[in-house]
Amino acid sequence: MSIEVKNISKSFGSFKALDNINLDLPRGELIALLGPSGCGKTTLLRIIAGLESADQGSIILSGEDASNKHVRERQVGFVFQHYALFRHMTVFENVAFGLRVKPKSQRPSEKEIRAKVQRLLELVQLDWLADRFPAQLSGGQRQRIALARALAVEPQVLLLDEPFGALDAKVRKELRRWLRRLHDELHISSVFVTHDQEEALEVSDRIVLMNKGRIEQIGSPREIYNEPATSFAYSFIGTVNEFRGRIEGDYVRVGNDRLPHGRTDLSDGASVVAFARPHDTEIVKGSEGEGVAAKVNRILTSGAITRVELIANGDARQGKKDYFEVEVTPNDLAALGLATGEAVRIKSRRLSLFGENERR
Amino acid sequence: MAGAAAHLAPHSGSATRFEANVATRDKPWVKYALLGIGLSYFALFLLLPLIAVFVEGLRKGWDAYLAALIEPDTLSAIKLTLIAAAISVPLNLVFGIAAAWAIAKFDFPGKHFLITFIDLPFSVSPVVAGLIYVLMFGAQGWFGHWLAAHDIRIIFAVPGIVLATIFVTFPFVARELIPLMQSQGRDEEEAAVTLGASGWQMFWRVTLPNVKWALLYGVILCNARAMGEFGAVSVVSGHIRGETNTMPLHVEILYNEYQFAAAFAVASLLALLALVTLAIKTYIEWRAGLTQSEEKSS
Repeated sequence: MSIEVKNISKSFGSFKALDNINLDLPRGELIALLGPSGCGKTTLLRIIAGLESADQGSIILSGEDASNKHVRERQVGFVFQHYALFRHMTVFENVAFGLRVKPKSQRPSEKEIRAKVQRLLELVQLDWLADRFPAQLSGGQRQRIALARALAVEPQVLLLDEPFGALDAKVRKELRRWLRRLHDELHISSVFVTHDQEEALEVSDRIVLMNKGRIEQIGSPREIYNEPATSFAYSFIGTVNEFRGRIEGDYVRVGNDRLPHGRTDLSDGASVVAFARPHDTEIVKGSEGEGVAAKVNRILTSGAITRVELIANGDARQGKKDYFEVEVTPNDLAALGLATGEAVRIKSRRLSLFGENERR
Repeated sequence: MAGAAAHLAPHSGSATRFEANVATRDKPWVKYALLGIGLSYFALFLLLPLIAVFVEGLRKGWDAYLAALIEPDTLSAIKLTLIAAAISVPLNLVFGIAAAWAIAKFDFPGKHFLITFIDLPFSVSPVVAGLIYVLMFGAQGWFGHWLAAHDIRIIFAVPGIVLATIFVTFPFVARELIPLMQSQGRDEEEAAVTLGASGWQMFWRVTLPNVKWALLYGVILCNARAMGEFGAVSVVSGHIRGETNTMPLHVEILYNEYQFAAAFAVASLLALLALVTLAIKTYIEWRAGLTQSEEKSS
C-alpha cells in the first residue's frame, strides 16, 4: 500500500510538532523516519496509524483518503517501542489476538487460527515460546513477537516506532539485519522511526530526515550520506568537521585562518557553515599557510584506517573549543610522522558550504 | 490509601539480606526491642479487643449466642446491611472503573478536579455526609416537600441508608485502579485497536484482565466499609428497630440497652467479616505479587 501524507500539521499547545509535512511513500519499500528526539517523527507515524489526529492535512492510503477512518479500519500494523504485548496472555494468544477479535463472519476457525499463529511464530523463529508469557521473554524476543502479532492481521502497511530503541547494542544489530531480511521476504510497505542514523543507513531503502517538525531531506541512504542537502543533514549524519566563518573571495575566513573553497555563487562577507567528512579532510604540517590551525590530541590506530583527533585552537567555531577528526591511511600517517601535541593545519579537498540561514 | 501499586508490591528480599550481612547487622538487643514494641502494641490494641469481642459474645454460651443472632430485629439488621452493600458495591464498582478509565486513558478538561473530588468522602466526616442527605431529602430539606407530596421516603428509610453508604464507599474502587492504570499506560489498548479490536473487546480482553487484582482488592475494601459504616448511616437511619437498623447501628442499640452478650454476638459477626476480608485481601496481594514478580523476572 502506498502512503501519501498531505500538508500535515500538528501542534501540542504552542509547540509545533509537525509543520506542513508532505510525503509520498511508494509501496513495498522499507522507509526510515530519522531525526533527533522531538523532531516529530513519532507523531507523524502515529498520525499515519490513526493513533493521533492531525490539526490539518490528510493521510491517503492506497489512493484513498483515510483521515477520518478509524484505526481498526486502516489495516496498519503497529509495533511499539516498548512492545506493548498483552501481559496476561501467552505468546500464542498475543499473536492470535487480531484474529480472535475479528467479527464473526470474518473470523477464521480455531484450526485456521492455530495454523496461522504457528506459521507466524516460525517466521519470527520463536515457535518454541508459544506457551510463555511476555514477562518470561527477553527484549529482543518480545519485539519479534510484537511483530508477529502485527503481521497476523495481514496489514497493508507496517509501522514501527523505534522498534529497537529499548534493546542493547548487540541485539539491536541482530534484529536490524533480521528486519531487513524479513522485509525482503514479505515486501510489505514499512515505515520505521529511529533516532539512530546508523540504523537508518543500514536497514532502509529510503530515509526521510526530519528536524523540528519539518522534512530536511528525502533520499536513499547513499544520497543522504554522500550528498546532504542541508547543514542539518550534514551535521546529523555521520561524523563531520564543522567550520564557521565568512566568505573572502576563494576562501572562507575562519578566525585568523582561511580555508579554500570551490563555490562561486556566494558573495563576499556572507556568513557560512562549512562541513567536511573525516575522510575528506587532510592534515598539513606546519603552522603557516592555508587551513585551520589545530593541535593533534590523540592518534587512534585500531583498524585499517587511523583516526586522528585534533583540538581546534579556539577560532574555528567562534571561540568554542572544538574537536576535529581526520581519517588517514597508514601510509599517509607514516609520511606525515605526527606526534601528539604537534601544531598542524587541516583543510579539505571537498568542503561543503551552507549559508548561515540557508535551508534546502 | 496509597493505591494498588504500593499495596500490591511484592515483598523484596532486601530486609533479610541486610540482616544476614555482618557488616550491616544491628546489635541483637535493637532487633528484640523493636520486635517487642511492635508485638506488644499489636497485642494490646488489636488482638486483645478482637478476642474480647468473641469472648464477650460467647459468655453466656452457644445457645444464647445463636439466640441473639436469630432474633428478628438482628436478622432484619443483617438483611439491611447486606442490601446496602449489595447495591452500593456494584454501583461504585461501575463508577470506579469508569472514572479510573477516563482519568488514566484520556485527557480532558476538569481531570484534576475529578481526581480531587473522588477523595472527598475520605476527607469529609461521615456524620457530615449523613447530614448532607438529611438537608437535601429530609422533611425540611430542599426536596422535602416534593418528596412528601409524592409519598417518597428517603431519610429514615432504606434509600437514605443506601445513599449514605454509596457516598462513604465512593472512592475505594477508583482509588485502587487509577494509579495502576496510569502506570500501565495506553500502549496495550492502542495495540489492541490497531489489531482491529472494538472498544468493548479492548475493555474485556485487555484493560480488565490487567487490573483484575487491583479491582478485586478495591471491591473487598469497598464492601468491608459498606457493611461497617456507622456515622453517615446513623444520621439518616432514624434507628427504627427491625426497619432501618444496620448491623453496626444494631450493636449500639443493644449495647445501650445493656444486652451485652447480644451486642457482642452481633459485633462478632462484623469482626468475622473483617477477618474474612483480611484473608481475601492477603490472598489477592499474594496473587498480585506473583503476577508482578513474573512480569519483572525477565
